[in-house]
Amino acid sequence: MSESGIGAAVKRREDFRFLKGIGTYTDDINQPGQAYVYFLRSPLAHGTLSALDTAAAKASPGVLAVYTGDDMAEMAGLPCGWLVTGKDEKPMVEPKHPILAHKKVRHVGDPVVAVIAETLEQAKDAAEKIDLAIDELPAVVDMRKALAGGVSVHDEAPDNMCFDWELGDKAAVDAAFASAHHVTKLDLVNNRLIPNAMEPRAAIGAYDLATEEHTLYTTSQNPHVIRLLMGAFVLGIPEHKLRVVAPDVGGGFGSKIYHYAEEAFVTWASKQVGRPVKWVAERTESFTTDAHGRDHISHVEMAFDANGKALALKVDTMANMGAYLSTFAPCIPTWLHGTLLAGQYATPAIHCNVKAVFTTTTPVDAYRGAGRPEATFLLERIMSKAAAEMGMDQAELRRQNFIQPDQFPYQTPVAVVYDTGDYEASLNKALELASYAGFADRKAAAKSRGKLRGIGVASYIEACGIAPSSLVGSLGARAGLYEAATVRVNPTGSVSVYTGSHSHGQGHDTTFAQVVADKLGLPLEQIDIVHGDTAKVPFGMGTYGSRSLAVGGTALVNALNKVIDKGRRIAAHLLEAAEGDIEFADGTYTVKGTDKQKTFGEVALTAYVPHQYPIEEIEPGLEETAFYDPKNFTYPAGTYICEVEIDPTTGQTEIVQFVAADDFGNIVNPMIVEGQVHGGLVQGIGQAMLEHAVYDDGGQLLTGSYMDYCMPRADDVPSFQVATTCTPCTHNPLGVKGCGEAGAIGAPPAVINAVCDALAEYGVDHMDMPATPEKVWRAINNAATPMAAE
Amino acid sequence: MYNFEYAKPHSLHDVAALTNDDSVFLAGGQTIIPTLKQRLASPGSVIDLANVPELRGLHLQEGALGIGAMTRHVDVEQSADVQKAIPALAELAKGIGDPQVRHRGTIGGSVANHDPAADYPAALLALGAVIMTNKRQHAADDFFTGIFSTALEPGELITSIGLPIPDQAAYAKLEQRASRYALVGVFVAKSGSDVRVGVSGAGADGAFRCTELEHALTANFTPDAAKAVKLSAGGMLGDLHGSAEYRAAMIPVMASRAVATALSR
Repeated sequence: MSESGIGAAVKRREDFRFLKGIGTYTDDINQPGQAYVYFLRSPLAHGTLSALDTAAAKASPGVLAVYTGDDMAEMAGLPCGWLVTGKDEKPMVEPKHPILAHKKVRHVGDPVVAVIAETLEQAKDAAEKIDLAIDELPAVVDMRKALAGGVSVHDEAPDNMCFDWELGDKAAVDAAFASAHHVTKLDLVNNRLIPNAMEPRAAIGAYDLATEEHTLYTTSQNPHVIRLLMGAFVLGIPEHKLRVVAPDVGGGFGSKIYHYAEEAFVTWASKQVGRPVKWVAERTESFTTDAHGRDHISHVEMAFDANGKALALKVDTMANMGAYLSTFAPCIPTWLHGTLLAGQYATPAIHCNVKAVFTTTTPVDAYRGAGRPEATFLLERIMSKAAAEMGMDQAELRRQNFIQPDQFPYQTPVAVVYDTGDYEASLNKALELASYAGFADRKAAAKSRGKLRGIGVASYIEACGIAPSSLVGSLGARAGLYEAATVRVNPTGSVSVYTGSHSHGQGHDTTFAQVVADKLGLPLEQIDIVHGDTAKVPFGMGTYGSRSLAVGGTALVNALNKVIDKGRRIAAHLLEAAEGDIEFADGTYTVKGTDKQKTFGEVALTAYVPHQYPIEEIEPGLEETAFYDPKNFTYPAGTYICEVEIDPTTGQTEIVQFVAADDFGNIVNPMIVEGQVHGGLVQGIGQAMLEHAVYDDGGQLLTGSYMDYCMPRADDVPSFQVATTCTPCTHNPLGVKGCGEAGAIGAPPAVINAVCDALAEYGVDHMDMPATPEKVWRAINNAATPMAAE
Repeated sequence: MYNFEYAKPHSLHDVAALTNDDSVFLAGGQTIIPTLKQRLASPGSVIDLANVPELRGLHLQEGALGIGAMTRHVDVEQSADVQKAIPALAELAKGIGDPQVRHRGTIGGSVANHDPAADYPAALLALGAVIMTNKRQHAADDFFTGIFSTALEPGELITSIGLPIPDQAAYAKLEQRASRYALVGVFVAKSGSDVRVGVSGAGADGAFRCTELEHALTANFTPDAAKAVKLSAGGMLGDLHGSAEYRAAMIPVMASRAVATALSR
């Protein structure tokens, strides 16, 4: 391993500009003649627009234009990128998602009027002069009530059902339950979350009359996806006339995958008013308009034989879609949730039913983990609950149900095929790091201090590296999910890489450069990673689902191999040797068994200055592109162990130890991976302990600011103990699996299992997230008698 | 933010001349600035108090501490005089918000604002503070009249806070975890045989003195005596961070912790 190649803990190169405050985010970009748009948004969850008069706003100082839903009524809505087909081949209900609300508003924050003015303050002043009257309709917040009908969010779905979907063999599950020795049942809620990227969303539309070209600067995780969705489906702009730039982006966590109304609006409006138009979300707008995450209600049952062997699992879930279908919303509770319900276990029969529900709330879509945290939470909760009910150790129940190493590739009963894994290895690593055997002593010591101590185990699996295009196409995806990379070797030997992946915190500038350094034997200083501009990079699908290295990294490796192969042909000519006799290592082409060699730089220069060159046989230049369509998902997996101490007088819960043992396959930069794990764990612990998006019955978001929505802070979490095990991915050349979401997936059940373990003596067998002090205090105080009362 | 006139006077006299029905005072700005930015207030003028010398200073006198209204939380936290005279107050200041808030926010601003979850009001009530203004002085008991409301009249400006020095005191707080304001904050002060208990965060009408705890602790100044008090949820705040019942139950718990700390000094 070189000091900058694959496996080296290289410091992140991009951090210089981020820490110095000299990065370029969308809000840092300003265009000559730029105007500003302010969106007047619905203050109500549900209602019909009964009066809308914008005349005074139009006459207000500095105003360039005012638009309402009427002005955009003939235009297409924001498209959904995934068609889920429910039971009986019934396609999902897909109501129009207008850019500006038309006739009706469906959630607090729904944009109603757009005011464009010379300054943002003028736009706001004008918006205050708009006469808007909304006839309020009853809000639809609770999914159970929504499905009962009565009030419809969309006329197309009178009972608010978007789709009713199932996966798995119901007959086999029913048969297994009929013969089961023990059945564990669990009702749970996966709490709604708000992503809270550090950088709010922003967009600038700029139309060039001379070239008839539109440019959109936007906070996106996938600029080509936005160009495709917005250009082809919303605005009808051909791709050669539409450039989308996603410069430095300050965090996404999924929320910046989707095509949002504001992006389409500024792109369209710039041409209308003949000026660049800028929009930057205020934090309140982030809370009410960034797609939310999670929000499932599930009933789960799991059947076991007398030895604790899992026989079957059945899951009935309601998944909140919010008011409109966000770009990938339908696939989250289905193909990214139902398909992960086997977890790490050889459960032979699984059935999952998901009802997706429209409500008058902000749309819900993928958020770090996306479907997999929901699957993992319910599965790992019911495993620990079952262990407690059957009087078994929660770690041992897992161990005896693991898919064994010799069973790979393993076909699960829920469609996917795991390529490789060693679940016992990560379990053992975690148990060792957590000093699992010593827990009873620690619990007793805590009790002597008046504290309740509990331990929770969670063994997660996820599917990353999304995904084979033909597979996802058959499941309803309206796009391919390959990735692309171009490697441009410059004449004097430096390298510019153009990737369709997008870095918004992941550290691609460093890890992708390490891959190049490793393959070409170049120092990092000679390698640039370029991303985020459709005018520069080849068509790629962007970054989400922990896919960048597994898919984008493979495209990069394939392009690098093409470069190396072409260089080999050039080197063979220069060295007057047969191509088959040329070896390439450490940046040098060598004639096998001799000291005759040419450096990569010399070969590159020859390719661009082809004076002595087989020009009839080899094109000049050294630049290659590869598109890579993955062969399967990748399946990172691991075991997390959380230990908590509860103060029974207040219900305050402290995480006193957290261990993460992950199998991410091969690792390019262990320091960046550790950072990704830390970030994911904090988000997972945030979900379990702190975060919750709460609507009142009227559809008002009660947690619409940081005064009420609790983001995790550094002192809410312990120093993590993290470790890795490794079974390399079998179907990509780097052997990598992805690491970005694991922490957010595995942490919530580990935390709640620990809380329930601590409270077991009070008869507590489940607690919904977040485990707030009052909830814990009530669980203790409402318990009739502590089972182990002195 | 709407447009407004801005002035930065250099004396209380000039402040008075600038004050009118449409003006607001700017102390540390921790509440008014966000309010202005969100267009939730539209004052005609903002009078910045940063350069008014009469509002500054921290003086330890015989039996009392005088703190100028513009004294920042970090200055209270780090003052050797406060740490010596009323260490509980220094600890309280150390627990307000975050470093940014503590380096801008002021005691006068906090007291005048009477956010029901702010920390200082509990201390002022428990210590029997006197709130000095440019017009008169108020006893703390008469000052906090309701959530975000005080006995201050329009144009009346807090100049300093006078705090009698107790024999023993401590503050214990259960934080609302999102905002880190007090969900329940209890300040306990003992002077001779007199015990006073101020509570922030929990009262539906703002900060209040808890007479049940005062009686119990006057009889027996111990953590157990505090813990044994049962309070009714009536009159308590309830919201998504804590029901009235939970807050009522946590007041004796926090009081018992404060007493334990006070006794340990």
